[in-house]
Amino acid sequence: MPFINFSKDEIQCKIVYYGPGFCGKTTNLQYIFGQTTEEIKGKMVSIDTKGDRTLFFDFLSLNLGKIRGFDIRVQLYTVPGQVHYDATRKLVLKGVDGVVFIGDSLKVQRKKNIESLINLAKNLAEKGISIRSIPFVLQYNKRDLDGTDSEILPLDIMEKDLNSMLKVPSFSASALKGNGVYETLREISKLVVKDVSRKIMVLDKSK
Amino acid sequence: MNIIITKKDVERINGCLDKVISSSRAHSVLLIDRSGQLIAYYGNTPQIDISSLSALTAANFGATAEIARMLGEEEFTLLFHKGKTENVYFSAVGEHAIMVALFDDNTSLGLIRLQINKILDELADILSVIFEKGKDPVN
Repeated sequence: MPFINFSKDEIQCKIVYYGPGFCGKTTNLQYIFGQTTEEIKGKMVSIDTKGDRTLFFDFLSLNLGKIRGFDIRVQLYTVPGQVHYDATRKLVLKGVDGVVFIGDSLKVQRKKNIESLINLAKNLAEKGISIRSIPFVLQYNKRDLDGTDSEILPLDIMEKDLNSMLKVPSFSASALKGNGVYETLREISKLVVKDVSRKIMVLDKSK
Repeated sequence: MNIIITKKDVERINGCLDKVISSSRAHSVLLIDRSGQLIAYYGNTPQIDISSLSALTAANFGATAEIARMLGEEEFTLLFHKGKTENVYFSAVGEHAIMVALFDDNTSLGLIRLQINKILDELADILSVIFEKGKDPVN
């Protein structure tokens, strides 16, 4: 639900990073926060527990520049990944304009990835949003573990598990090192902005 | 669904927020939607990160609404946090928004509550029109 403010010529959009516990949602935001300049970012807010687990959400506001004379401000949120925090995830999804789903490449997390994606589809559906129509991007995180002792899932298996129905853009990433983080952000921002621009154009025509 | 706030809407909302500030002596007032997006801000606290405050307020309100439901209430319509010098008062504005008033020792909680209550219905009416327009299929 983008907010289009004609008084300030500003559009605010909300992007949510979703995925199972410990898949790297917060790490994505931390990397973005660490790499962006002061002029375009706000403070990063995290509500977490001492064990590095997100308790409620992380929040980061970014200014993406202008389209059609409007300042585009995106607000990035993460959700807590643990299964029993479903009520919190539903709260964070309120008013969402785009979703990044982070899949964990560790083989042991395969089932949790699928469960989390199903949970996302269910929670979006409860808000009247179809997972097939909302701007959506997949990220396969922790690819830097490839070649180490950790058993990781091949990309084609992850694609089959998570993207065979959705067929959305997907990116390999290592949020810890930064690979793929910006590509993911750029793609979801592009999709969300495109979606909002389309709505503005419809509005222009209907005036 | 997308929410469009016209200059006229902002003027009307700011008129309400101005009334709250001048009558209650709160130093800042924010109006935010329940998903955490800032609708309007009026006041004089440039050092505050308004975006983060909006996100946290919506989360805080959402979390306490869940507590309310557990207790058989629909929601808690107001919240108050007291600090040593700064205080925050949160109030539900209809079903779509939350008003946040920041105030210090220059005023009292009672006056803040009284003056905000006077303006709530007017603000809720303005917002319900904006949000109803957002449901229009053309959006």
